[in-house]
Amino acid sequence: MTKPKNKRAPSNHVGLILLSLTGLGMCITFLLQGVDVALFNPKGLIASEQHRLMIISAALLLAITIPTLFLLYFFAWKYRESNEKATHDPTARHGKYFVFSLWAIPSVFMLLLASIMWPATHKLAPQKSIASSAKPITIQVVAMRWKWLFIYPEQNIATVNFVQVPVNTPVRFDLTADETPMSSFWIPNLGGQLYAMTGHQNQLNLIADTPGDYPGRSAEINGAGFSGMKFMARASSQAGFDQWVRDVKLSSGALDTTEYKKLLSPSKNNPAALYSQAESGLYDTLLKKYGGTHGQQPDQAMGHE
Amino acid sequence: MKEFLLGKLSLRALPHEWFTIGATVSFLLLALIVIVAITRLKRWKWLWNEWLTSVDPKKIGIMYFLVGGFMLLRGGLDAIMIWLQQALSSGSSQGYLSADHFQQIFTAHGNIMVFFVAMALIFGLINYIVPLQIGARDLASPFLNTLGFWLFVAGVIMVNIFFMVGGEYAATGWLAVAPLSGTEFSPGVGVDYWIWSLQISGIGTTLGALNFIMTILKMRAPGMTLWKMPLFTWGSLCSMIMAVTVFPLLTATLFLMFLDRNFGAHFFTTTLGGNAMMYTNLIWMWGHPEVYILMLPSFGAFSEIVQTFSRKAIASYKSNVLGMIGVSAFALSVWLHHFFTMGAGANVNAFFGLMTMIIAIPTSVLVFTWIATMYKGRIRFATPMLWFMGFIGTFAIGGIAGVLLAVPPVDFQLHNSLFLVAHFHTMVIGGVLFGIFAGLSYWFPKIAGFRLNERIGKYAFWCWLSGFIMAFTPLYVLGIMGATRRLDHYDASTGYQPFFIMSLIGGIVIMIGVALQIVQIIASFIQKRHLLDITGDPWGGRSLEWATPSIPPPYNFTVIPTVSSRDAYLDLKSLGLLKHDYEDIHMPRSTASGIYISAFAFLAGFGFVWHINWLAVLSIIAIIVCVIMRTFNENTEYTITAAEVEKLETDRIKKLLPAPAGNNEDMGLREFVGIVIVWGLNVIRTKPWRTH
Repeated sequence: MTKPKNKRAPSNHVGLILLSLTGLGMCITFLLQGVDVALFNPKGLIASEQHRLMIISAALLLAITIPTLFLLYFFAWKYRESNEKATHDPTARHGKYFVFSLWAIPSVFMLLLASIMWPATHKLAPQKSIASSAKPITIQVVAMRWKWLFIYPEQNIATVNFVQVPVNTPVRFDLTADETPMSSFWIPNLGGQLYAMTGHQNQLNLIADTPGDYPGRSAEINGAGFSGMKFMARASSQAGFDQWVRDVKLSSGALDTTEYKKLLSPSKNNPAALYSQAESGLYDTLLKKYGGTHGQQPDQAMGHE
Repeated sequence: MKEFLLGKLSLRALPHEWFTIGATVSFLLLALIVIVAITRLKRWKWLWNEWLTSVDPKKIGIMYFLVGGFMLLRGGLDAIMIWLQQALSSGSSQGYLSADHFQQIFTAHGNIMVFFVAMALIFGLINYIVPLQIGARDLASPFLNTLGFWLFVAGVIMVNIFFMVGGEYAATGWLAVAPLSGTEFSPGVGVDYWIWSLQISGIGTTLGALNFIMTILKMRAPGMTLWKMPLFTWGSLCSMIMAVTVFPLLTATLFLMFLDRNFGAHFFTTTLGGNAMMYTNLIWMWGHPEVYILMLPSFGAFSEIVQTFSRKAIASYKSNVLGMIGVSAFALSVWLHHFFTMGAGANVNAFFGLMTMIIAIPTSVLVFTWIATMYKGRIRFATPMLWFMGFIGTFAIGGIAGVLLAVPPVDFQLHNSLFLVAHFHTMVIGGVLFGIFAGLSYWFPKIAGFRLNERIGKYAFWCWLSGFIMAFTPLYVLGIMGATRRLDHYDASTGYQPFFIMSLIGGIVIMIGVALQIVQIIASFIQKRHLLDITGDPWGGRSLEWATPSIPPPYNFTVIPTVSSRDAYLDLKSLGLLKHDYEDIHMPRSTASGIYISAFAFLAGFGFVWHINWLAVLSIIAIIVCVIMRTFNENTEYTITAAEVEKLETDRIKKLLPAPAGNNEDMGLREFVGIVIVWGLNVIRTKPWRTH
């Protein structure tokens, strides 16, 4: 049996590894200057809560992982073959509490995490409406190949690939799709995503607390135009929103059945468009088109809570 | 008439784009080189009799390694193409691929890496090692094994043939989510190729898995109770039980999809009552356990390695085994965490989040038992142990990411992002692939008769690990920046580009690692005599595979050992070795039935892809005929008499040579390059291509 010799002491490796990891970290930090790190830059209640939950869960998981990794590398260093000072005992027995702690430690951590996760999942269910003194607005969203149609039933206007909402006002997005594979509606700065599916209505409640432009897109692959299926979500003051609605009403086109049919034909990288009027009941026919809804109605969603 | 004969097939299906032409030409060239080489060496008969029709699990294992290794290069090429497109395609630049082509590439990359690389290499290891570890001479059903392998090969051909016929693969993501994969949105043959490559190889997997369950449960050496089984065998058993449970689900789902596409059914369509959400559920009910099917044998390999190289028995064997059983038991109850964002209620989401956290408990237990095994051990850092160290580090990070994704509200933000992509690559590369590499370098002496070059192996490892960290850390960051996966283009203002470039550089470092692995294997072949394993036990092993000579004879054991403890071979070594009274050995005969059946399965699939129904129907009838003929073949075994066994054994011992004296170092890279240059010059000087 020939044994390859380990010429370098393991501590040299450790130094090298730590150096390169630090280099990588510095590199990434440098590149992140001036970039919108969306998930760490929440602009609304839901996104903030999700961000907080992410940090808490990660901290809890690191609390078990870091000591584990430390033990791994420490044992690897201490009990290396060439270390004459360490006790090498191939028959070493493990103490009587060993097996118990083997199972108990991860169980405690996971139960702890689960006890955070369970109420948070209920609190942050996308269907759940957001408590606020402001009157919520509803926006109906239709995923199409490959663009997003937004219908404002209360304001009776419609837009494509652009959506404006007032700040500090809960927004209920009613999501569906038409002649389009499953798509996922996501505005990272405002909160997590939800699928938009044909013949089905999903509700996503979001809120913005800071005025600004937040990019949104489809996160689920749905065909050749997928990468270009993005939109801008603008949060403005209530006054700014009202002014915008008035401006849109003065813009030329109206969304009627003919115009809708045009939108339905697949197109890539659509520019934003505004419609001064939206034919009433358009959205409801979409749900019926595919043989009725099997999604949640607003009241039902509440009933789940 | 033409439609009846040829279905949708026409001249337009021939390659006419740069990538299909390129791939076709290179495949044909490769095939030509192989055919010419075999013909000139007059090895056709040998190849057919000794390898292709063999039912020896060791040979089938090696064939799995070869096909899997080749597909690793093929899938790696896809990976580089994806990286390149994403690094280039920012702002006004559109990159060098069209959206549709890009989507085909990542779909193929996922399918190839999961089905035809990871599965292949895992099955290869199981084939080679499990019978040796349990002290068996062959499998419960050797025929099923060769059939499984050849069905897998038919799948491999199916996933590559689209270059030559049809020119398109599915552009739907590796699970071909409905309704995107329906004829409404994907009218071409790409998805059909996807269906049939998975369908055929999936059936092979089910058969193979059944076979290994039978083998492990019924063919262990006397005295080896379940609680004395080596941990790799335990991992394989859990994995195979999972495979038998969920692969039929894949078969059924694909069949329904096939009915949708070929016969106008409405299981998963948008209209007429079809329900695409059902597809998402069904495919993930298989898809999630699939990851654990790959992972558990790799866990088992790590358990063997950490014991051998720490020279210490695993800390709490029973916890380790229960950990693996726990993982496989819970694996079937977490599938919904792949689509928390589909709109289920809070209770449903929270339940599946909880189950996912519960499954993290046995996984952590496994990690703890490995670390505790190192405590007070005498640890030698040979390459398999290095892969193990790399694995724990990456696995811990991937694990954190995974449990984070199991918290539904967090998942709403991270789902479909590059964070998710980074997570599962951490698991599949760090967990599965590193396990395979560790296992291959650990068992290589058993497989080839000589061990691998350690020096170059270590270079390869460091390239893999550092490349891996460099390639996937930026993806975690991109995910947190809100970058979705599968983008063929993004705006310059997003600031994604530097991270994609960084990731690409990491990818290149990984490729260097792969190249070094190839160099490592070649260098080991050159230095074969010096690396020869004469004892059959190069590492000081504990389980029965090391009781056989390296390379084991076709019948594995001349005498089946009797097992009295967990570390069966360790006992044999301390108590005195096996007695040598020889006996008659019954061995299964080679058979070509598996090849014929798989060839017809391929034709049936091809017929369905192109709607050539007569071909499909005839092929299915042919398969049934082949199976019936095989069942009536009673001449499936032969006997090696005791005298012959004795002669084989004495011949083998006579042939053993001591390692040559002199330089005892494993060759380094410089020496390797030197040898290659000298060889090249020599070839140029002698001009062997000039025949007189």
